[in-house]
Amino acid sequence: MRLDFLSKTANEGFARMAVSAFVSQLDPTIDAVAEIKTAVSEAVTNAIVHGYEGVTGYVTLTCGWKERLITVTVEDKGRGISDIAMARTPLFTTKPEHERSGMGFTVMENFMDSVEVYSKPMEGTKVVMVKKL
Amino acid sequence: MKDTYTETKGALIVHLTGELDQHSAVNLRINLDKKIMDGANNLIFDLSKLDFMDSSGIGIIIGRYKNVTALGGTASVAGAKACVEKILRMASIDKIIPIYKCVEDAILMMRGEEIG
Repeated sequence: MRLDFLSKTANEGFARMAVSAFVSQLDPTIDAVAEIKTAVSEAVTNAIVHGYEGVTGYVTLTCGWKERLITVTVEDKGRGISDIAMARTPLFTTKPEHERSGMGFTVMENFMDSVEVYSKPMEGTKVVMVKKL
Repeated sequence: MKDTYTETKGALIVHLTGELDQHSAVNLRINLDKKIMDGANNLIFDLSKLDFMDSSGIGIIIGRYKNVTALGGTASVAGAKACVEKILRMASIDKIIPIYKCVEDAILMMRGEEIG
């Protein structure tokens, strides 16, 4: 599955619903669906709030599986992350004034089995998340 | 997401229904800060009808906690479903803001009574 949608926060719910409907074909547990939805919400929010930062662009969401292994990627062509290790540190945020908690990557890491982040400043960010059902 | 409010003796109960994410957080923050400015200093977040919350909700709850405690008030969370409570505990919110099983317990504790 591949979806391209505008970087508007109104699309966060749509992204969660799409992934939820897609993975439901594998008959996952309710907890697993809730965890995948939350991880997707965090990655999409990061793309909109940090990647595009008020500028409108496209967020690409892909989802696929092999046997019981689900892979979800969330990609933007925004400003990128200069220090990925720092960005992944719990409670670190570049936007405390917007009450961002700095927990986005921590939530993704807790709810998925693996989270990989590829990013280049001014080119964009790709987050690849895998979960075994 | 829908936010509705009930006033009980000394506390404002904030009922959240639906899904709390970055999109819904923006309006919720405005509504809550207006209530606080109007004098609501003791907040109880009723999350019993909140089906989904991501880390945007953590920012909202901690932010309002800071605002009301600066005014001498309190904040607590009640009735969170398992998926929501998991996020709250992941952020260690329970170390600064009490989490109760239900709104009734939160009201009793706020009034200094024992939970039966």
